[in-house]
Amino acid sequence: MDKRKIRNRLAKDNALLWAVCILATLTAVPLFAILGEVFLRGYDQLSWTFFTEPTPTAYKAMVAIEAGNSIPGGIANGIIGTMIMLGMAVVVAVPIGILCGAFLAENPKNRFAQMVSYLTDLLQGTPSVIIGIVVYIWVVVPMKGYSAIAGSVALVIMMLPLIIRSTEETLKILPASLKEAGLALGGNRARVMLKVQLPAAFGGIFTGVLLAISRVIGETAPLMFTALGCSFIRFTIDKPISAVPLLIWEFFNDPNLQELIWGASLFLLLFVLTLNLTAKYLAKKWNQ
Amino acid sequence: MESVTPPILEFNKTCVSYTKQTMAVKYVSAAIDKNTITAIMGPSGCGKSTLLRAVNLMHNLYPNIRVDGEILLNGENILSMEPIDVRRRVGMVFQRPAPFPTMSIYDNVLSGYVLNGIRLSKTEKDETVERCLKSVALWDEVNDVLNKKGTFLSGGQQQRLCIARALAMKPDVLLMDEPTSALDPIATAHIEELMQELQNEVTILIVTHNMGQAMRISSKSMFMYLGELVEYGDTATMFSNPSDERTKAYLTGKMG
Repeated sequence: MDKRKIRNRLAKDNALLWAVCILATLTAVPLFAILGEVFLRGYDQLSWTFFTEPTPTAYKAMVAIEAGNSIPGGIANGIIGTMIMLGMAVVVAVPIGILCGAFLAENPKNRFAQMVSYLTDLLQGTPSVIIGIVVYIWVVVPMKGYSAIAGSVALVIMMLPLIIRSTEETLKILPASLKEAGLALGGNRARVMLKVQLPAAFGGIFTGVLLAISRVIGETAPLMFTALGCSFIRFTIDKPISAVPLLIWEFFNDPNLQELIWGASLFLLLFVLTLNLTAKYLAKKWNQ
Repeated sequence: MESVTPPILEFNKTCVSYTKQTMAVKYVSAAIDKNTITAIMGPSGCGKSTLLRAVNLMHNLYPNIRVDGEILLNGENILSMEPIDVRRRVGMVFQRPAPFPTMSIYDNVLSGYVLNGIRLSKTEKDETVERCLKSVALWDEVNDVLNKKGTFLSGGQQQRLCIARALAMKPDVLLMDEPTSALDPIATAHIEELMQELQNEVTILIVTHNMGQAMRISSKSMFMYLGELVEYGDTATMFSNPSDERTKAYLTGKMG
C-alpha cells in the first residue's frame, strides 16, 4: 500500500470530522443564546404570584415602576386560557387524529386514504396565520364574537396532522405478526385495532400527542383572530380568553408591561422544553 | 382401506397465487383425518406456509392474493365462509412467538374471547386460563405470575402461551407455521411433546423445515416442491420408502 495515499485519506477524514463538529456547534449556538437570554432576563420575575395573579393594568404597572418596585401581577389569565383551549383541543383532536391515522396505516393503497394523507401533509405546511383567519370566518363571525371555542378550533386544526402522522407511523412499524395473530383468533379488524394494535402503539402515539401540544402551545397568530385575549382570569368558553403567547405580544405593545415579557417567555420555553424531554424519554423507553 | 369417519379438513384442487402469472400453490388435493398431526415439508419457497395460511383465510388480508379451488372444513367450503367464523374454528401459531405485548399472561390466554366480543364470568375466565395453561404445561411455571406481561416469559414459554391462546377458543384445527424454528432444542422438545398430547383434542397441521421433527411427531406428511404437492402419505412410509424421486432427493439432503 502507498503510505502517502493512506495519509491523504486519513487527512480528508479528519478534515470532514472537524467540519461536521464546527457546523454542529454553530447550529447549537443560537439555541443556547436564546435559552440564556430568556433565562437571564426572566428568572427573577418568576414567583408564586406570577402564576396566580392576572395581568396588572398599565396604570398599576406604571405606579410600581415609578416607585421602583417590580411590576405586580402575573400571567395567570394566560396560563388558564392556554390550558382551557389546549384541553378542549386535545379532547377533540386526539380521537379524530388517532382514528384517521389508523385508517391511513391500515389502507395504504386506498385512493381515498392516499388523498387524505396528501391533504394531511398540506395542512401541516399551512401557515398558522391562515388557519387563524379561516377559523375567524368559520367560527368567530357566526358566533358573533371571539371565544375560547374558536381558539381551540384553530389549535385542533394545527394539531391534527401531527397526531395523524405519528399514529400512522407508529402503527406501520408494529410487527405484522401482531395484527395477524389478533385476526387469526377471530377478531374483526376494529377489535384487533382497539385491543391489540393501538395499545401496542400507545407509546409512540402519546409521544406524538405531546409533541403536537408543544408545537401549538406557542402559537400566537391563530389565537389573535380567534381568542383575542382578556386581561382577567376567566373560565367561560364562549367569551374572549387570554393565552400565554398572546400575553407576550400584549406586553410587547405596552411600554409599562414590557418587563413581563421575559417571565412569560421563560415559562413558555420551560413548558415546551419539559414536554419535549418527556416525549423523548417516553419514545426511548417505549422503543426498548 | 377407506377411513370410516369423514376427513375434518380437505384440500380440493387448492391454488394460491400472489400475482396473475405465478402460482405459489398449485392444485393441492389432500384429506386430513381428525385428531392427527400432519407435517408439511419442503424447501424454502415451496408454498408450505402459503398453503397453511389459506386454511384460516389469512390471505384475505392481502387483496392481491387469490385462492382458488376448495378447502373443506367438516364438509363446508372455507373459501365461501366468513373469515371471522373460520378463524374461530381454525387456530394458528406463528413462527415467532407473538404474545400481545400489552396484555398480561392471563389476558393473553383470554384474548380470543375479548377479540370476539364474548364476555365470560370471572369463574369461567379463571377456569379457561387454568385449563389452557395446563394443557400447554405452562400452568406450574406461571400460575403465580399471571399478571405479568406475556413478553416477560422466555421464548419457549411465549410460544406455549400462544398455543394456549389458540386452544382457548376450542378450535377444530390448529395450524402451526414452523412453531419451533425460533426456539432452542429444549424448548423445541417441550413443544413437540405437547403436540403429541394435544392431538387428542385438536387436529394439527404443522409446517416444518426440520425433517427430524416431522418424523418424530407426525403420522402423515406432505412433501411440497415448487408449489406442488409431490407426495402425501404415512410419515413412516415416506421416510423409509418415498415414492417420488424429488421426495427422496430432499429427504436424503441432495436437494433443499
